[in-house]
Amino acid sequence: MAAMLEINGITVRYGAIEALHNVSMSVDEGDVVALIGANGAGKSTLLKAIVNQVSLQEGSISFKGEVVSTAEKHKKSVPTHLLSQRGIALVPEGRHVFADMTVEENLDMGAFLVKDPVAVAKKKEEMYDFFPILGARRKQKTRSLSGGEQQMMAIARALMSSPHLILLDEPGLGLAPLVVQDIFNKIHLINQQDKVTVFLVEQNARMALKASNKGYCLENGNIVLADSSDALLRNDKVRAAYLGE
Amino acid sequence: MTTLIQYLQYLVNGITLGSIYALIALGYTMVYGILKFINFAHGDILMVGAYTGLLTYTALLGESTNPVWMLTAFFIAMLVSMAFCAALGMFIERVAYKPLRNASRLAPLLSAIGVSFILSNGAAWIFGAQSRRFPYPFDNTPIVIAGLSITPHQILTVTVSVIMMVVLTLFVNKSRMGKAMRATSIDQATSELMGIDVNKIISMTFAIGSALAAVGGILSSFDFRVYASMGTMTGLKAFVAAVIGGIGNIQGAMLGGLILGVLESIGAPLLGIPSALRDTIAFAALIIILLVKPDGILGKNEREKV
Ligand SMILES: Nc1ncnc2c1ncn2[C@@H]1O[C@H](COP(=O)(O)OP(=O)(O)OP(=O)(O)O)[C@@H](O)[C@H]1O
Ligand SMILES: [Mg+2]
Repeated sequence: MAAMLEINGITVRYGAIEALHNVSMSVDEGDVVALIGANGAGKSTLLKAIVNQVSLQEGSISFKGEVVSTAEKHKKSVPTHLLSQRGIALVPEGRHVFADMTVEENLDMGAFLVKDPVAVAKKKEEMYDFFPILGARRKQKTRSLSGGEQQMMAIARALMSSPHLILLDEPGLGLAPLVVQDIFNKIHLINQQDKVTVFLVEQNARMALKASNKGYCLENGNIVLADSSDALLRNDKVRAAYLGE
Repeated sequence: MTTLIQYLQYLVNGITLGSIYALIALGYTMVYGILKFINFAHGDILMVGAYTGLLTYTALLGESTNPVWMLTAFFIAMLVSMAFCAALGMFIERVAYKPLRNASRLAPLLSAIGVSFILSNGAAWIFGAQSRRFPYPFDNTPIVIAGLSITPHQILTVTVSVIMMVVLTLFVNKSRMGKAMRATSIDQATSELMGIDVNKIISMTFAIGSALAAVGGILSSFDFRVYASMGTMTGLKAFVAAVIGGIGNIQGAMLGGLILGVLESIGAPLLGIPSALRDTIAFAALIIILLVKPDGILGKNEREKV
């Protein structure tokens, strides 16, 4: 069976800067896949390429067997706003909550494509159960939430569309270790209980590899290692370069 | 005592004028909120709205003097004008602004100035230089209450404006598309991730703003007549109102419009400014607000939490 998400030899340039060079990787349905790499390695660019926020110079990306992004000019890539309909949700780096809107309104936006208000209300209740702190803050403007709460809100917002694949860009960024642990526990549940496939990008390599079953290392826009997460945790190069051992 | 009544009278007149400014200011502010761009052709849309309203109204009315039909015809004309301007607004965005979205920030601004000239010169060419009167669709004899005179036109203007603003506020805060519009003005890239078609939202924003301008144009044309360049000064003042209230902020545009209308109406007699120089008040207010609170009364100067 083909992988759920397949990235085939993509290259992305910003002007003269090559952010990704001939990157190939795949995410199987049901998996948690981690991509680790240092600042500026190209991790966010890879996620943006998947949702068509940046265009490809080479290669293509397929989701559930259909091409969603391609460098070939005559083939149309699927525009960003149509990808959530297909089942991809991205939680962007830095959360990007709608700060002037309430928690509830943010969740409404996550379910923008769900036209049935009863279904939206039900999904919101599920989210409030899953993240009780959001339930308590539902009428509050999102800007008043703490960083960790905002991250939970961004994840809940992405889940509102009932995605099959959730892309998480550094969900632990700038948060206290306990909060990061809490968020990773939730990610585990999202994968195990809701059967959502997870593709996780992190600088925090240890957390990411422990939470995943497969991992990739990205260096200067190139995939340099790909293996099961257990093997990567034991790999000498990974231990030296990413785990600081 | 007489002066008190007189100032109350100025206040009533100012609120009327202000609600027209507010309707027009909303179009500037909503477009700015999403595209960070001042649509300088917005004033000319109100002129097109006034002409469309006037032509539809006179065509519908014919020779009739039936008071019920006069009012009905007027409201039908207003709806026709709103629909026409909404379509025109979307069309202008599509052909004159959208292709320039990734160009320098100056390009759409220049394009807007071009569109403004095309609209006002086009109207002068079609309708001539003569200004026309928009006849009142009712008997406009003022109602006098305790020395205060209020015309049916003033009642109509304030009522229609309030209804429009309430409907807009409900739309933006409660409806799915309205919330999507707010989300788009906060963060376009993230809105797209939610499945929001930003192009559609931008079209919708132009449609709503232009429809409100049509109403503003019609309501202002009873006092100021209908002519090709009527949108220039009123449009500019509505823009000033949007900046005073905090550009990009919908409540700000409403508030800024009212404040400006009242300032103009009361300021001139209070400061003894000859009414020919009344327009200076708006621009003086603009300069003061830019110096004291550059983001406008309801503008936010706090930065997003990252
Ligand atoms: N919009 C842009 N324009 C130009 N260069 C960019 C742009 N976005 C990213 N880059 C460059 O592309 C490279 C990869 O950036 P990217 O954001 O993908 O890295 P990252 O791995 O996510 O880093 P971080 O861990 O800091 O988030 C960097 O050199 C960055 O400076
Ligand atoms: Mg990044």
